[in-house]
Amino acid sequence: MIPALIVFAYLAVVLYIGIFAFRKGSTGSGEDFFVASRRLGPMVFLLSIFGTNMTAVAILGSSGFAYQRGIGVYALMASSSGIVIPLTLWLIGTRLWSLGKKHGHITQVQFLRDRWESGGIGTFIAIVTALMLVPYIIIGVMGGGSTLETISGGQVPYAIGGAIVAITVVAYVFFGGMRGTAWVNTFQTVLFLAFGVTAFTLIAKSVGGFPATMQAISEGPQSFLLTRERMPAEEFFSYMFIPLSAVMFPHIAIMCMTAEKVTHFKRTVVLYPICILLIWLPSVYLGVVASKVIPGLSPSEANDVIIRLLSQNTSPILAGVLGAGIMACVMASDSQILALSTVFTEDLFAYYGGRKKFGPKAEVWAGRTFIVLIGIVSYVIALALKEKANIFELAIRFAFSGFAALAPVMLAALFWKRSTKWGALAATVWVVGCVFANWHLTNISDAMAPKPPRRPAASAMRGGGAPGGPVAPQAGSTGAQSGSAPQVIGGPTPAPSGLQVTQGGSPEGMRPAGPGAGGPGGPGGPGGKKKPPTAVRIFPQLGDMFLRGPVNVTIFGFLPVFPMVVGSALLMLLVSLVTPPPSKATIDKYFSK
Amino acid sequence: MKIGLALLVAAVLVLHHDIWNWKDASLVFGFLPVGLAYHVGYSLLASGTMAILVKFAWPKNLDDDDEVAA
Repeated sequence: MIPALIVFAYLAVVLYIGIFAFRKGSTGSGEDFFVASRRLGPMVFLLSIFGTNMTAVAILGSSGFAYQRGIGVYALMASSSGIVIPLTLWLIGTRLWSLGKKHGHITQVQFLRDRWESGGIGTFIAIVTALMLVPYIIIGVMGGGSTLETISGGQVPYAIGGAIVAITVVAYVFFGGMRGTAWVNTFQTVLFLAFGVTAFTLIAKSVGGFPATMQAISEGPQSFLLTRERMPAEEFFSYMFIPLSAVMFPHIAIMCMTAEKVTHFKRTVVLYPICILLIWLPSVYLGVVASKVIPGLSPSEANDVIIRLLSQNTSPILAGVLGAGIMACVMASDSQILALSTVFTEDLFAYYGGRKKFGPKAEVWAGRTFIVLIGIVSYVIALALKEKANIFELAIRFAFSGFAALAPVMLAALFWKRSTKWGALAATVWVVGCVFANWHLTNISDAMAPKPPRRPAASAMRGGGAPGGPVAPQAGSTGAQSGSAPQVIGGPTPAPSGLQVTQGGSPEGMRPAGPGAGGPGGPGGPGGKKKPPTAVRIFPQLGDMFLRGPVNVTIFGFLPVFPMVVGSALLMLLVSLVTPPPSKATIDKYFSK
Repeated sequence: MKIGLALLVAAVLVLHHDIWNWKDASLVFGFLPVGLAYHVGYSLLASGTMAILVKFAWPKNLDDDDEVAA
């Protein structure tokens, strides 16, 4: 129970920070509640915007993914984000900040509405982005419930755990608004960083040094984990487009408005890649190390591989600190709840007469009411659909591509005078259509998806019977101690595709092997000698156009995000050119120096 | 200057795709796979690139907005 108590203490600290610690500067205005009066300092701005973007996936997901696919995961998800996200913050974030300050915008939709001279297009984009944000919040509550249940050894049931997490988050977002949320995120980011360093140091000691472990991996059957030989080049390329989503997320765009000075962005964009390095490098590296120390885990078991590694060294107190770190990961939904409430309040309630009818003071209370409603609805859904978490995880993957594909709309609005609302509408409709098409294709191809091979070694490991394996589960032990550590779900980074195209054995529908084909033990994970699963042609008559892997659909081997971004950009361009340009007044307003 | 910086950004983006390391499993300093070491370096390069952009391509009109706001 000690770890659970430490986690409760952590929740109390978070509550204190969010509600009480930093309310001194509060003015009670809408701008104060939703964007902290645009007064965040440079370090809080950097750490909170980074913390908002980093969640469970950064530590747990990345190590689990690296366990299966090797060091390439760092390049795939971390170093690509390390260049693309700072570039978008520099290009888009700074402009949003400036326009927001000049014209009083709090959300990106307020800017787009004015820029396109159209309330309808703004409402459409507001609804689309709100819908794509909802699954993240639900997954956050689900993750909180299951994590607390596991950490407490089952003494805190899922329903109670979910309620505790939901109430904590809703409480500090309700009272603290953006200021409270930003400070909590700052605290959590410091915790992430400490987590990475602690894990790295502890595990290095326990495995007898990294050089020997790496040498053993390079000489064994898992040597592919030290390369990207089984990572399809098309997938690698596609992943470069995913970080475009960052600045299109409402919570990141709104956070861009909170900086006190535009110069705060300077430090943020320079240090952002370093922060990513500090968190992702230990996580990915340890995931690969684990393939030697704890071989044979299934993909879902691999999700908590870093906790399994730590479980060999942790005292109950350290296990509790570890649990707090995990809670920090799963509680990243705070800024998303606030963003959703801001979208409802500013883009819908205030815009459609609420501000005029009830006055500006009512905005804050409308926002708070939405926060409570979002919390309740998310909790009820998380409770009712507990067994269907995969639906929301899937929705998050699709939403990621959707947000990324909206980036051309924002770029055009900011930098291209000739761009029009019709171009924006066409691009947004395309994005929505693609998200649904992707969902549909994934659904209809579920039955034909290549199944990962069963891995008997994993069940042996679960019992803790192999040398170097996790400690065997004990009654009343914590998840972190038991080796059945919590599986944290959710987070604003897409789940790995898991698609590995390899030699197809079936005469029809299987894609033949090509360069870069083959899986990293893929869904089987490292240590196995079975062939990885193949990708299957969904419509054999269309050749490799639509391929189905174990997890998702690709288009000619590329993840859907790539054609979605290209299509959105093309539609924005072509439709804008054939429709009337915006008025001179609007162009003067947004493009005069 | 602008063209030079645009080329720099394009080059950095291209450098992300280090195909020459794709199948190389050798270890740097005996413990760091070369593909991972390259991308650690790449993260530092990304930071350096952003520092260059901040220094030489920072939109000055935004700084003016800053002063007006202050």
